[in-house]
Amino acid sequence: MILVLFGVSCIVFFISHIIPADPVSAILGGNAPEEAIEKMEEKLGYNDPLPTQFYNFITGAVVGDFGVSLRTNNPVMEDIKRYFPTTLELTFLAMIFAIITGLTLGILSAVFRNKMIDQISRIFSIIGVSMPVFWTGLLLLLFFYYKLGILPGAGRIGFFSSPPDHITGMYLVDSILTGNWSAFKETIVHLVLPAFCLGFLATASIARTTRSSMLDVMKQEYIMTAKSKGLKNSVVIIRHALRNALIPTVTIIGLTFGSLLGGAVLTETVFSLPGLGRYITQGLLSLDYNSVMGGTLYFAFVYSLVNLIVDILYAVLDPRMRV
Amino acid sequence: MEARANLLDVSNLNVVFYTYRGVIKALNGVELWMNKGERLGVVGETGCGKSVTSKSVMRLIEEPGEILSGDIIFDGRNLMDLSEAEMRKIRGNEMSIIFQEPVSALNPVMNVGFQIAEVIAKKKNTRIKKQYPAAAEMLEFVGLDSERVMKMYPHELSGGMAQRVMIAMGLAPQPKLLIADEPTSSLDVTIQSQILSLLDDLVSELGNAVMLISHDMGVVAEFCDKVLVMYAGNSVEYASVKNLFRNPIHPYTKGLLKAVPRIGRIDELKAIKGTVPDLVDPPLGCRFHKRCPNVIDICKVELPPFEEIEPDHYVACYNYSSDKGGDQ
Amino acid sequence: MAEIDTIPKTKKELWLKRMKPYFEDLNHTIDLWKRNLLAVIGTVIIALFILTAIFAPLLTPYSPIEQNMSVKLQAPSWEHPFGTDQFGRDIYTRVLYGSRVAVQIILIITFVSGFIGISVGIIAGYYGGIVDDILMRITDMFLAFPRLILAMAFAAMLGPSLVNVIIAISCVMWTIYARLARAEAIKVKKQPYIESIKSIGGSDLRIIFLHILPMSISPVLVQITLRMGTIIITAASLGFLGLGAQPPSPEWGVMVSDGRTFLIDQWWISTFPGIAIAVVVLGFNLLGDGIRDMLDPRLRR
Repeated sequence: MILVLFGVSCIVFFISHIIPADPVSAILGGNAPEEAIEKMEEKLGYNDPLPTQFYNFITGAVVGDFGVSLRTNNPVMEDIKRYFPTTLELTFLAMIFAIITGLTLGILSAVFRNKMIDQISRIFSIIGVSMPVFWTGLLLLLFFYYKLGILPGAGRIGFFSSPPDHITGMYLVDSILTGNWSAFKETIVHLVLPAFCLGFLATASIARTTRSSMLDVMKQEYIMTAKSKGLKNSVVIIRHALRNALIPTVTIIGLTFGSLLGGAVLTETVFSLPGLGRYITQGLLSLDYNSVMGGTLYFAFVYSLVNLIVDILYAVLDPRMRV
Repeated sequence: MEARANLLDVSNLNVVFYTYRGVIKALNGVELWMNKGERLGVVGETGCGKSVTSKSVMRLIEEPGEILSGDIIFDGRNLMDLSEAEMRKIRGNEMSIIFQEPVSALNPVMNVGFQIAEVIAKKKNTRIKKQYPAAAEMLEFVGLDSERVMKMYPHELSGGMAQRVMIAMGLAPQPKLLIADEPTSSLDVTIQSQILSLLDDLVSELGNAVMLISHDMGVVAEFCDKVLVMYAGNSVEYASVKNLFRNPIHPYTKGLLKAVPRIGRIDELKAIKGTVPDLVDPPLGCRFHKRCPNVIDICKVELPPFEEIEPDHYVACYNYSSDKGGDQ
Repeated sequence: MAEIDTIPKTKKELWLKRMKPYFEDLNHTIDLWKRNLLAVIGTVIIALFILTAIFAPLLTPYSPIEQNMSVKLQAPSWEHPFGTDQFGRDIYTRVLYGSRVAVQIILIITFVSGFIGISVGIIAGYYGGIVDDILMRITDMFLAFPRLILAMAFAAMLGPSLVNVIIAISCVMWTIYARLARAEAIKVKKQPYIESIKSIGGSDLRIIFLHILPMSISPVLVQITLRMGTIIITAASLGFLGLGAQPPSPEWGVMVSDGRTFLIDQWWISTFPGIAIAVVVLGFNLLGDGIRDMLDPRLRR
């Protein structure tokens, strides 16, 4: 994993330094005076030879120092700390939603194969993977916020309410920890649409994988053995089949987390949530190198971490993977 | 109708499978019966319906298959009349089954101890954890080192060990009937005889009835009391082992026995001519008639009845039937 | 002599073998396709999509780019079935022309990323050892990023434009095909006939092009079809974020983004291009699923 992260840093560095974009003129504007440009280049360290820049970048990245954001003038790491909890909260909620509905739909679909519920869940799934997240988000906004007015449209919490005291930065967790129930309620209400919008995509792929791996497993001989033991259908399905079917599903859940992080960028943009995804997007639009490198690297780090957890889960679920 | 035996009496069992090629008529009126403590061998070529028969007896036929008709009288009750819930009480309780591929018949994510304890717990209606000692006892009973094997997972077992585990699992609830579906055919020859003699010993000790499905005449001769020969979804001959081997009546059985190599045998080994019929579109009449050396006209149009030709020797063949075809 | 004799024969055999699923039970496949209603719907959608892209100018009297402020922000009507946007451009026309952009994006990205992915995968799988290690580590590095985020970074640093979107997405898509092609190449490499070709002195290049490639390509092609939907969504997402095609291009993602500010009162500006994306992606997914089901030996029986 460390090797991969090193490689990831190389890619990020490559993208931001070797590809010809000109951040200095992007920051200062096209016809800035020569000296200003030089001064800026000096400050950003662009006059150093590339290997030196790379060395500085890597050594910084190891201790979490990505330099100062040109846009916000804060150290990038501080910005990440400020914005990431929002993203984490959103993806986490979406993931929980997706896992619960995805597994349920997948199992029901497999058990009642080709019955009504299977058809509905399959159509739901295929629509889920076909809808662009940003468009689903806009439609949800249009209906629930503009037309019906039953759910709030933007931000993490009401405009006039104060957020709960800062502990983790995740409003839901913080409000539970501080016992601030009105803030909890408001945060939940603000998160329903974005989390649903983001979770929809993941639900679909989890449901599809669960369905097909359940169908696969149900054909195995050990399921026949379980039935010949006279076990109840529910026991056969949950104890004997599901545990085996979960093995491929867990892989997909790990991979789906990647598309959730990507989708979070879009969801945050649509619902104006101040998350890391939006931070990166804005950084990209203003060619703010440091924040882009830091943010992208951070995303890759989180994603790798999730995949590490998935690998561990794999061994827990599948004794054949244990050494 | 009076039951022909006191443990199991299967009559006129019809099972079909629906596939895209058409309906496979897998069992076409199978007849079979067993007494308590008896060992019945069911033999026939691959695809003749042996395994389907064994699964039908436990009512484990699933989509796309279906038991169309028939009676399965087991210990005084007709299993065909029972609900799924009542059937579950019988499975793994009064009847259990051992499959051909022991390694794939064990759940790969559960250790051996759990899988055996599960059956015992189900029968005794207790928590699974409580039955670990009983499961360990069963493992010792089948000659395995329980301390080591209890915690092992199926992929860590050799084929022979896995089959011992399956036997332990099958015998653990002390069923009245143990069905063994080709229990040795996926194993090495040396292991085969080990497993078979183990099964022999254990069953002698426990006294339960065994239905042994096999394509190996030798195995059946060694292990069983009675033999049922099946061909293309029909019962064609039933007799005691001695009787059948000494005096086979049905032309198919005769052919089958001629195809068995034996040391000191002087006559030529003979294969039966022709191939097994396609069960989507089986021939009219006796399903063996196209390969039969003694075919007569009636064989081509009507299925011969399964009749007692000699005491305790049943055959389905018009050459020997008292009924030479209805109207004649 | 032996070589001249064997090679064409093996080639033909290989070809026959490769074509077997399509060939031997072609009828069965067509039959399955006909019975799979969803796959039929998918095929129809994709056919319409491609036809629209080809004949876009014939289907509308308007220009997708030209502004006409006198008819701006009009609701759907007979004149403008999908309404008009803030510059008075006909949304219907822009959606039609958008299909041209989408077809371009799909074709080029599929070709480029497919080419890179298959080459990397087959080279890694065939040579094995250190070559395999290096190539697969590189692939892993790319896979360590959430795909959209990596594509965003590439696109932004190259400068937002349609061409750069194509480059950026190709840079992230090839990894999927590379992994699959490698797995297939390894499978094929283990076949005894590859050994026998080597033993009669077939060169590496010859083996790769004549034997490994044709034998391992079909699962990759299925995957490529399945991924076409993903490509459109990714491109549209970049467009939506302002990192992709730039206005006034009638790219669907850009159009959805354009209409965002008018969502409350002029819902049609964002809605119709969104529907276009969803329908086309749905078409690809249905078709891809159908193809997968049809080729799946377990489902064929």
